[in-house]
Amino acid sequence: MQDDRPVIDVAWILSHLDDILEATTQHVQLVAIPLVIGFILSLGLAVWAIRRPRAYGPMTATAGILYTIPSLAAFALLRPIFGLSLLTAIVPLTTYTLLILIRNNVAGFNAVPADVIEAAEGMGYTKRERLLRVELPLAVPLILAGVRIASVTLIGLATVVAVLGNSFGGYGQLITEGLQSFFPTKYLLGAVLSVALAFAADFLFVWIERRVTPWAHVRAGGR
Amino acid sequence: MTAGTKHGAVVEFEHVTKHYDAPAAPRKGQAATPTPGAVNDLSLHVPAGRICILVGPSGCGKTTSLKMVNRLIEPTSGRITIDGVDIATRDLTELRRGIGYVIQQVGLFPHQSIGENVATVPRLLGWDKARRQARAEELLALVGLDPAKYRDRYPAQLSGGERQRVGVARALAVDPPIMLMDEPFGAVDPIVRERLQNEFLRLQESIAKTILFVTHDIDEAIKMGDLVAVFQHGGQVSQFATPLEILAAPSNEFVARFVGQDRGLKRLSLLKVDDVDLAPATTARVGDPVDEARRRAQADPAHYLLVVDESQRPLGWIAARDVPLEGAIEAAMPNPVSPLLDRHTTLKDALSMMLDADVQTGVVVDHDGQLKGLVTVDAIARKMRAGEHAPALVTTGEAEHEADVDEPGLTEPGLVGADAGT
Repeated sequence: MQDDRPVIDVAWILSHLDDILEATTQHVQLVAIPLVIGFILSLGLAVWAIRRPRAYGPMTATAGILYTIPSLAAFALLRPIFGLSLLTAIVPLTTYTLLILIRNNVAGFNAVPADVIEAAEGMGYTKRERLLRVELPLAVPLILAGVRIASVTLIGLATVVAVLGNSFGGYGQLITEGLQSFFPTKYLLGAVLSVALAFAADFLFVWIERRVTPWAHVRAGGR
Repeated sequence: MTAGTKHGAVVEFEHVTKHYDAPAAPRKGQAATPTPGAVNDLSLHVPAGRICILVGPSGCGKTTSLKMVNRLIEPTSGRITIDGVDIATRDLTELRRGIGYVIQQVGLFPHQSIGENVATVPRLLGWDKARRQARAEELLALVGLDPAKYRDRYPAQLSGGERQRVGVARALAVDPPIMLMDEPFGAVDPIVRERLQNEFLRLQESIAKTILFVTHDIDEAIKMGDLVAVFQHGGQVSQFATPLEILAAPSNEFVARFVGQDRGLKRLSLLKVDDVDLAPATTARVGDPVDEARRRAQADPAHYLLVVDESQRPLGWIAARDVPLEGAIEAAMPNPVSPLLDRHTTLKDALSMMLDADVQTGVVVDHDGQLKGLVTVDAIARKMRAGEHAPALVTTGEAEHEADVDEPGLTEPGLVGADAGT
């Protein structure tokens, strides 16, 4: 198959923009769905853990075990159950986020200063108001830090999903196909784009964090 | 819930006990050894509109007692009433929203602006935005912070003293009749603390809240308190009285040690010239004929005349033997050695000024500078002795009988000050 095509075949790229866009959409979907589900699950679990500290140990142990399962193995194990569907990819990717997100969420809630909680309680906040208006907003910097790490991790893991087939493989698809066909333009493009997406996600969450927590970035101290 | 109209409520502790079971102790351990923070059969009557200080060493139960008022801690037995209503019967959230709460670490919400922090309880109560903002600005001004400058800042941008003021403003937001303050000025440096204390006392003159105030600092207790409850280890109140009574006649060894060896000096700094019987002065006015002046001077026990001008303002002393043989008293004659005091000068400052000037007598004037009378070292000593024999200590359990300690101002009845000497 080798021939005199250049390492980076711009003409190929330009003629395949549709495919590249589709791979991008697939990849973002492979990251976004597990991230959203994992975030909702982990937030609920974290709230449970701060209300019942005894639940925290078993919870993180379970998440840790799930995290330990190699991704390829997880896809293989789930394939008989879900077949070659998106679900086979989404389920393990979601469970991989849990350990990171639960730990960060709980750390976020635990970082809320005790005097702030006492003041809120003394002023007559109900438990629910306190959670939504005091604890949650104050936990946001650490919660978003977890989301950031989880998103970058997912972008990496999602490239492996390509082993399941070509209908939703994202950038992993470009990489595997490029490698199989000894076509550097394709696999390098897949690699570069997944790295770029990881950086983009990282910057996105840093930016969001700064936008939603202006109070955490003010110049400290007196006049 | 409108601004500046609601004054204090009466807070009453009736045989309030709080046990904390030691981890190993049986659940109903009646004779359990006192654990830190425990409170034992506390009865206190806190009159409306007064500052009642709970003071004592750490672990004595003072903070526990405070937190039982907004039910952050529930008593094991006994009851607490506010204006006669048992707080255990009240809705928890509603009770707390009606009580101002200030803590040492302030506990401002870091993610909210100063304006939002101050308007916390109004928001919980569902006030509309315009009303909340107006109230927040009013309160910031009240505690001496320029609303335009501070409203939109975050707590992290404020100094410790400024944060503490915001904490007080926040506690006052819905004009609660009661404020609970747990070492509110404990986390700031001494100079700022002094300023915050003074500002708070001035503020209290206009807002007249019922304030329960916890501190471990006896000097702060004496300065801030209309009434002081001295807690002893084991959650018992050793003495509940005015600061002056506690200094003059500590109820027991513990209180005496707790208030310190210098309690005499502390009393001097609480008492004012106003509290002492002023002696009349023998005076001569500028322009009086010398013969008459000399006669009066000789009749004076000390053979001295105080020369005053046409407006009764003292110019200085002249001895009988120094009165000229002819002419009239002139403004240049007298020797202005005695310090001029006013009725608000503390006895400590008065004594200090008299010692500095090496005299036995201070001249008391009113705010126009007119002579009101004389205060002598002897009179101060008499006043101090009189205090030592102060009667009737109010101790716990007897608090009800002594409910009329609620005139705890710094003057004692029957001692009229500045008018005596004219």
